[in-house]
Amino acid sequence: MVTIELEVNGERTEVAFAPHKTLLEVLREDLNLTGTKHGCELGECGTCTVLLDETPVLSCLLLGLACDGHRVKTVEGMAKAGRLHPLQETFADLGAAQCGYCTPAFLLAAEALLAANAKPTRDEIKDALAGNLCRCTGYIKIYEAVELAAARMRGEKAEPTRESLYGQS
Amino acid sequence: MASHRVIGKAHRKIDAVAKVTGVTKFADDLSFPRMLYCKLLRSTEPHAKIIRIDTSAAERLDGVIAVLTGKDLPIPFGILPVSQDEHALCLDKVRFVGDPVAAVAATSEEKATAALDLIKVEYEPLRAIASAEDALAHPEPRIHDYGDSGNLHKLVDLEFGDVEEGFAEADLVREDLFFFEGNTHLPMEQHAAAAVWSPDGKLALWSSTQTPHYVHRALAKVLELPPARIRVIATPNGGGFGGKSDPFNHEIAVAKLAMVTGRPVKVTLTREEVFYCHRGRHPTLMWVKTGVKKDGAITGMHFRSLLDGGGYGSYGVASTYYTGALQTVTYQVPRYKFQGARAFTNKPPCGPKRGHGTPQPRFGLEVHIDKIAEQLKLDPAELRLKTLVPPNSLTANYLRIGSMGLGACINKVVEGSDWKKKFRKLPEGRGVGLACSSYISGAGLPIYWNNMPHSGVQLRCDRGGGVTVFCGSTEIGQGSDSVLAYVVAEVLGVDPFEIAVVTADTDLTPVDLGSYSSRVTLMTGNAAIQAAERAREILALHASKKLDVPGGRLVFASGRVFDAQDPERGMAFAEAVQLAEAAEGTLGTVGSYTPPRSAGKYRGAGVGPSPAYSYSACVAEVDVDPATGIVRVPTIWIAHDVGRCINAAAVIGQVEGSIYMGLGEALMEEMAYRGDLKVVHKIPSLLEYKSPTTLEMCDVVTYLIEDPDPNGPFGAKEVGQGPLLPVMPAVANAVYDAVGVRVDEVPITPEKVLKALRAKAKGEEPRVGPKAFPEIPWPEPTRVPLPGATKEGVGVSPG
Repeated sequence: MVTIELEVNGERTEVAFAPHKTLLEVLREDLNLTGTKHGCELGECGTCTVLLDETPVLSCLLLGLACDGHRVKTVEGMAKAGRLHPLQETFADLGAAQCGYCTPAFLLAAEALLAANAKPTRDEIKDALAGNLCRCTGYIKIYEAVELAAARMRGEKAEPTRESLYGQS
Repeated sequence: MASHRVIGKAHRKIDAVAKVTGVTKFADDLSFPRMLYCKLLRSTEPHAKIIRIDTSAAERLDGVIAVLTGKDLPIPFGILPVSQDEHALCLDKVRFVGDPVAAVAATSEEKATAALDLIKVEYEPLRAIASAEDALAHPEPRIHDYGDSGNLHKLVDLEFGDVEEGFAEADLVREDLFFFEGNTHLPMEQHAAAAVWSPDGKLALWSSTQTPHYVHRALAKVLELPPARIRVIATPNGGGFGGKSDPFNHEIAVAKLAMVTGRPVKVTLTREEVFYCHRGRHPTLMWVKTGVKKDGAITGMHFRSLLDGGGYGSYGVASTYYTGALQTVTYQVPRYKFQGARAFTNKPPCGPKRGHGTPQPRFGLEVHIDKIAEQLKLDPAELRLKTLVPPNSLTANYLRIGSMGLGACINKVVEGSDWKKKFRKLPEGRGVGLACSSYISGAGLPIYWNNMPHSGVQLRCDRGGGVTVFCGSTEIGQGSDSVLAYVVAEVLGVDPFEIAVVTADTDLTPVDLGSYSSRVTLMTGNAAIQAAERAREILALHASKKLDVPGGRLVFASGRVFDAQDPERGMAFAEAVQLAEAAEGTLGTVGSYTPPRSAGKYRGAGVGPSPAYSYSACVAEVDVDPATGIVRVPTIWIAHDVGRCINAAAVIGQVEGSIYMGLGEALMEEMAYRGDLKVVHKIPSLLEYKSPTTLEMCDVVTYLIEDPDPNGPFGAKEVGQGPLLPVMPAVANAVYDAVGVRVDEVPITPEKVLKALRAKAKGEEPRVGPKAFPEIPWPEPTRVPLPGATKEGVGVSPG
């Protein structure tokens, strides 16, 4: 067993685990943060994405040991004091989460994008999310949710378009 | 039309917040004190007899608590009563690389995995059957000792009227061959299941399954336990698409391990193992011959399909019939003949994937129609519009059509895509293609024969004004839990987010058959309406007495019950519940739904009938790079006749998701095997199995057509599967419009496009696709008189 100290969702935490464990396993099995999911455990699908010092990483490819002294953010850390993050609001409103399994990873990858680029274009969103697979949505509602949240985070009063909720008339 | 307060609007799903906060508990998120971990040893041989299995070294390994082999679970199971051909662990032979032969429970996944390496299996290899054609050529060695002939699992031959007479009347008779490669569901969540055994003889299983009721039945059968002692809970599925619709070997193995060890046991499949579970799209070879008049009117159609079924039956008998069932529901086909064959092969079993058995023939049919239109010099949209099946009609194969909005769908996409300015008019390399489709809103018959409802709902009204809905339906991301809440909220006039929904738990919820065949909205929706209307009736009785207003004048809306003529005169919904509860005791109602009886009485008439058919039309625009053969799809226009939206935002989500999955099938997705008799899966990983990322996904312009069907709840029909179907043929037709080559098989890979372009450059037939349909020992046909004839719908079978 090894023991590391890291900051998880803003809280300093000590955790002991077998040294071969990945960050994904440490989060899910030793810290009981099961919001982070796995789709392949080979770095192929992006489903296990978390933020390490604000940068998206694939937690299935990262040893837990390598995170000693670092900051980790998971989906459980996005809502603050019982209030959803703007991305969580728009993902919920637009149906950007269908089965919800890939959703935590998309939310965190999008959060990192918006931290670096407050007004991303559609192509920049596609680029930033190209490493995350979703089999339910066809990605379109995810783009729209990121755009809507970005607008709101910039202080604009933005609402979903009629087309995105009801289709073209 | 009554105005609705909830139905038809765009809503959040009731589980949306749980999904975006990571709170939703998927099967692998569960853990229990003293839990053991299960791993399965899988066959390395495609086809072999098991001579012996030595588990002694594995059993001695520290941390290993139990090891099971086939002899511990000798009773067979399978989703269809006619195909009980699976064992939780292979008994005496293995039928594909990946077939499970032993199961280990250990104190950690690592120890369980280490134990697998210590199990010695001695195989006696048998010649493997690598494809459907191979199965035809090699009736021996048989993969199963049942089936219609040699390695042919199922043979179907149905005739509705005399197609030869139809061909004789035709101005043009055209034959085409198509091939649809197999592909898989690829849900982001790998299957997982956890079992808990209690010393009082009760078993609980949590599983990522779309069909907890069928898992319940399979567990009772194989484990020889009374069903009343088994509780199956379907955890929210992290995507299903049909891939979690069979009872699975790992579910039974983990349950048995819990019984043997007395400890909770969990199994989580690796991504590679998910490819071995498969049950995906059958690779299907097709031949179609159609006679048409000069104006495009069809005089007769003959369709043949040959399906590569893989190693087990699964849903395959139904899949086979489905490759011939829905050809008749879009364009009028007055005479129809269908011949279908499913082969056993030594590959992971095929089964139902989104569209179940119908995307393959729909691809063939829609490209075939495109070719016919070109030969007749007709616009393919015009030809289709002229031959549409009328609403409220009966097809030649006895499918009862209700509402039919395909004409409106075609008009929408033709207009929206600027079809008339683009078709055959875009510059070389760019093109547009049109295709249509239809899908069932639930199957008319249950999987096992019974006279009970397909869906049941219980509803409880709480004196605080809360309402709880109990239903066996399974949330797989499509929004089925939310549908229950919206429907009940509409009827009782309460906020859908104040309705508690309890689903997919065989101890708590009445049976719903499961999340497959696009049945859930229609069937659970109708059951929920019935339960809610019964509750409203009770509440109205007591509210009407208190308010001194006739019951028929009461309105249930905005959390109140009030007089339509004097809205001030009313009471809170909770007060109405309290009055009723005081008078009658605890308030609960039930509702259930059974589909209408099928019109056909022939053998095979059970596949195809549905309470309602959805319709879709699609235009795809493509860019084809002649140097690389790469096909890019910038935009797809799709119109879908959903009958009536329950939640418009969820309908749009299903349409966009279907387009996405169809695009993957059109351009890249394929279950490929090494081309030898080892029959090893080439690409069991998410990296090598190509699926569209954000960089390949097209723009989608969606039009919702609402042509309410009297059988649907508030008129609603399905949306989860139908919009996938036209994508593949629309893309294929667009590729032809762009570069003048026919790729008559999917996926339309760059290699195939280049091959066709080279053939075209050399002056050869500009086509890539199958060249022949093999000889198949078809049985004597079942002849079914056409509707209107005597003995309507009764099949005359030989012998």
